[in-house]
Amino acid sequence: MASVSIKGTKNGLLVTLGQGELASLLAELEERLSGTASFFKGGQVALQVGQRQLSVEEIGHIKALLAQNEVALETVISEAPGTRAAARHLGLETKRSPRTEPRPERRAEEDFAEPFVPLRAGLSRGEFGEGALVRCTLRSGQVIRHPGHVVVIGDVNAGAEVIAGGDIVIWGRLRGTVHAGAAGDDQAIVCALDLAPTQLRIGKRIARPPEGKPRRRSIPEIAFVQEGRIIVRSWKASR
Amino acid sequence: MAAMVITITSGKGGVGKTTATANLGVALALLGKRVVVVDSDIGLRNLDVAMGLENRIVYDIVDVTEGYCRLRQALIRDKRVSELYLLPAAQTRDKTAVSPEDMVRLCDQMRDDFNFVLIDSPAGIEQGFRNAIAPADEVLIVTTPEVPAVRDADRIIGLIEAEEKGPASLIINRLKPEMVRYGNMLTTADVIEILAIDLIGIIPEDEAIIVSMNKGIPIALDDANRASLAFHNIARRLLGEEVPFLDIREMPNLIERFVRFIRQG
Repeated sequence: MASVSIKGTKNGLLVTLGQGELASLLAELEERLSGTASFFKGGQVALQVGQRQLSVEEIGHIKALLAQNEVALETVISEAPGTRAAARHLGLETKRSPRTEPRPERRAEEDFAEPFVPLRAGLSRGEFGEGALVRCTLRSGQVIRHPGHVVVIGDVNAGAEVIAGGDIVIWGRLRGTVHAGAAGDDQAIVCALDLAPTQLRIGKRIARPPEGKPRRRSIPEIAFVQEGRIIVRSWKASR
Repeated sequence: MAAMVITITSGKGGVGKTTATANLGVALALLGKRVVVVDSDIGLRNLDVAMGLENRIVYDIVDVTEGYCRLRQALIRDKRVSELYLLPAAQTRDKTAVSPEDMVRLCDQMRDDFNFVLIDSPAGIEQGFRNAIAPADEVLIVTTPEVPAVRDADRIIGLIEAEEKGPASLIINRLKPEMVRYGNMLTTADVIEILAIDLIGIIPEDEAIIVSMNKGIPIALDDANRASLAFHNIARRLLGEEVPFLDIREMPNLIERFVRFIRQG
């Protein structure tokens, strides 16, 4: 996935800077903007930088770069207080990322378009940090990536994906693809109120549901790895 | 007058967006509303063909947005109904000829003069789709009761929610009474369970629709047809009326029942 994303929103453009060197991100941003200059021209930009610490000079530099491409930087969205303070110093509006605000009813793809944090190999179970709670139905094409555990309150429809470093709990119907223990952890589990995924992966193992008639019953089930194979049990039987 | 802008889209092609747009346009106009149907499928226009207005096109949507003509000059009046107009797409250009902002501006220009602006979206999720939903106040998703179509509809609903254009409503098209009765087709309940949005209409499969498209006479002009009735019901639901859904299982007529009886016997 590109580390710079540019999306149109109702209020203008949303530019998201992902992980990596600031200089190379800015080079990429400049290239993307100049390639499509006329399309973005005259727009307002919200810049989303997550936890990244940016100085007044750096934000000023980004603002100038955007201005060269005839779009105006209006808002800086960041979790880092220092970055927000620097942006305010330049007279820009600041916001925290919408993800950190309580907003239970929203179902928006943009919240999940970028990985929370790219998954790193070799994380141990103790290092996952926070879990992610997702309160919405994931539709085809929507992806959740998170280095820790993921809980979805809602359905995961066919064509949607959940990729977690830790466990995955779906409080709803699981029809899409899930990968628990994505950094190689065979101890991870997947459970769902109705476990009927397109494909289920745990660590390095992959399982598909048995071919044949779609099952009619729907009971809570749990999937885990035992003796090198993915096993699915009813939640009751596994207690 | 403050028109409501409704975009009809589906993700997958061939499920009946254009048919639905043409027929809802006719049905709303027959209910006394001033309606414009807009073909946003630039480069692959066919709403004009479905409505039988192809030979009256002089200017198109790109001519309007590029300032070669006034909006009024590009609107084609459908003479079979009192207040129905078509804004045709350009055939010789592509989707990039119009931007989402152009579409918003264009629809705002029409809001004062009409009750409804219906936009026929192209298939896909690229710029043509973005153009079509940009001005939408409401979105109607058309799907057929088939897994690939439902999958694409799900994707589209996700995108619409992300654009905050929802909540979208669902039209299930081409439901085959026979197949539903014998359990060989996704049922309405199956589709709703997957997509979890409000249903606004069910259109039964009907060969008369194919004939009507070929002739350029929307089926909604025929008041004796079941599919036509289904479109008229959707139009009334758009106006806020509570209209019960057709019972698709009742559909076969006496002759069909007789034929089936003979075959089984």
